[in-house]
Amino acid sequence: MDQESIKNRLQEKYPSYQIDEGGQWIVLNVPVSDWKQVAAELRNEAEFELDFLFCLTAVDWKTHFSVVFHLRSILHNHELVVKVKIDDRQNPVLETVSDIWRTAEFHEREAYDLFGIRFNYHPDLRRLFLTEDWKGWPLRKDYEDPVNMIKL
Amino acid sequence: MLEEIGTSAEGDLIINVGPQHPSTHGVLHLVITLQGETIKKVEPHLGYIHRSIEKMCESLSYRQFIYVTSRMDYLSSHINNLGCALAVEKGLQVEVPRRAMVIRVLMSELTRLASHQLWWGAMAMDIGALTPFFHAFREREMINDIMEETCGARLTMNYMVPGGVMFDLHPDFQKKVKEFIAHFKGKIDEYDELLTGNVIFRERTVGVGKISREDAISYGCSGPVARAAGVSCDIRKHAPYDMYSELKFDEILHTDGDCYARYLVRMQEMRQSLNIIEQLIDNIPEGDFQAKTKAVLKLPKGEYYSMVETARGEFGVYIISEGAMTPYRIKFRSPGFSNLSALDHMAKGSKIGDLVAIMGTLDLVIPDIDR
Repeated sequence: MDQESIKNRLQEKYPSYQIDEGGQWIVLNVPVSDWKQVAAELRNEAEFELDFLFCLTAVDWKTHFSVVFHLRSILHNHELVVKVKIDDRQNPVLETVSDIWRTAEFHEREAYDLFGIRFNYHPDLRRLFLTEDWKGWPLRKDYEDPVNMIKL
Repeated sequence: MLEEIGTSAEGDLIINVGPQHPSTHGVLHLVITLQGETIKKVEPHLGYIHRSIEKMCESLSYRQFIYVTSRMDYLSSHINNLGCALAVEKGLQVEVPRRAMVIRVLMSELTRLASHQLWWGAMAMDIGALTPFFHAFREREMINDIMEETCGARLTMNYMVPGGVMFDLHPDFQKKVKEFIAHFKGKIDEYDELLTGNVIFRERTVGVGKISREDAISYGCSGPVARAAGVSCDIRKHAPYDMYSELKFDEILHTDGDCYARYLVRMQEMRQSLNIIEQLIDNIPEGDFQAKTKAVLKLPKGEYYSMVETARGEFGVYIISEGAMTPYRIKFRSPGFSNLSALDHMAKGSKIGDLVAIMGTLDLVIPDIDR
């Protein structure tokens, strides 16, 4: 599908979600509570078949987090970006999608390690790069590194 | 190799491979659960060379951050730099001169050749064939010399910049590349004779470390690992950048998904890279090698994602700009990270000796995974 028909199809299917366009790809904004359901639909429904999760990351916007999923369909060769906004900065939680896209298991561990976003029902949610006793979440904007190589 | 040996509650043997182990080619730590000789589980422990490059990039300017990316996948440094340059160019909407585009593609393909050569030698050495290592490094040296003349560096090039390339080509570039092509065409046949048909090598790789097409997609595999399982995912074909859309080359696909298929994909890709270089080397247009850009780059507010095909697979650069001199957030989608996540799935049920063959054909570069 081209971008225009993806947008139209998404608007029909999810009328309450905000859809951003004008960038490289269509962006679908999904509420935290619906994410697991929407993920399964985007992956499994034949018209989308977004089976390849090529990038999963989080962004700290100081007031909230947004978790960004870049999805591609190998069959249809189209892409879609999904953003999930998490308002709770103290205790950010999202449901895992590692059973839908297996690659998410590692990517979610990375997001947990560097942003402190917890993924519920994740099979093995531990720190990935840093040691278990590391304090803080390095990629958050309020994290101060005691030894900052750049600002030295 | 074995730092600690323990047994689990079920009586399984748990061994550690790494973080310092010759077959990991870097500092990767694997905790392997064995039942007898059969692998039950492989658990990678990452982070021994984690430098938090993404955090560093948040305080570097758009010209500076490209230098750091050479230190990620150091065998594909040109292509990493290119991915970053493309993302910045998307934001600035610069028109890259044609000469620069040709130089970029030439350098990318030379890098791919050098990376595959090193992989070929190192993988064969892991499996127990020592000779290929010397053959591969002899030819790789020629590419390194060509790079050194033009870029001034042999490993971390930092040659691609937003708007083009940093310097013009060395006057000897064309002559040397042609010499290399003539030389390497004979040598790659020799590579095939030496290893591809070898019975012992085939015994070690055919049917080992299988991954199906569906699993390769689900695990986010890309590059030769995915193409060996029949996933058509070459970014050069599906989302062509620079001037790949004008070039004639084949995307190599195999369907077996085992170590031997991954081996064949890379061997045939080398021939395709030679083919691309041959198409371009006599057709380097005259003109500027760099577009004019401002001294201080500021990307308009927005999000920019670029992807390139490195020797290991799909490398993505995701820049979020708030209009400042430094990016608000950068994410690097590194191919090795996703490919490694499939290691447990591939190795399950294999013998412990096969693990080295599987890791060898995954072509892991640890700084690329840890970032």
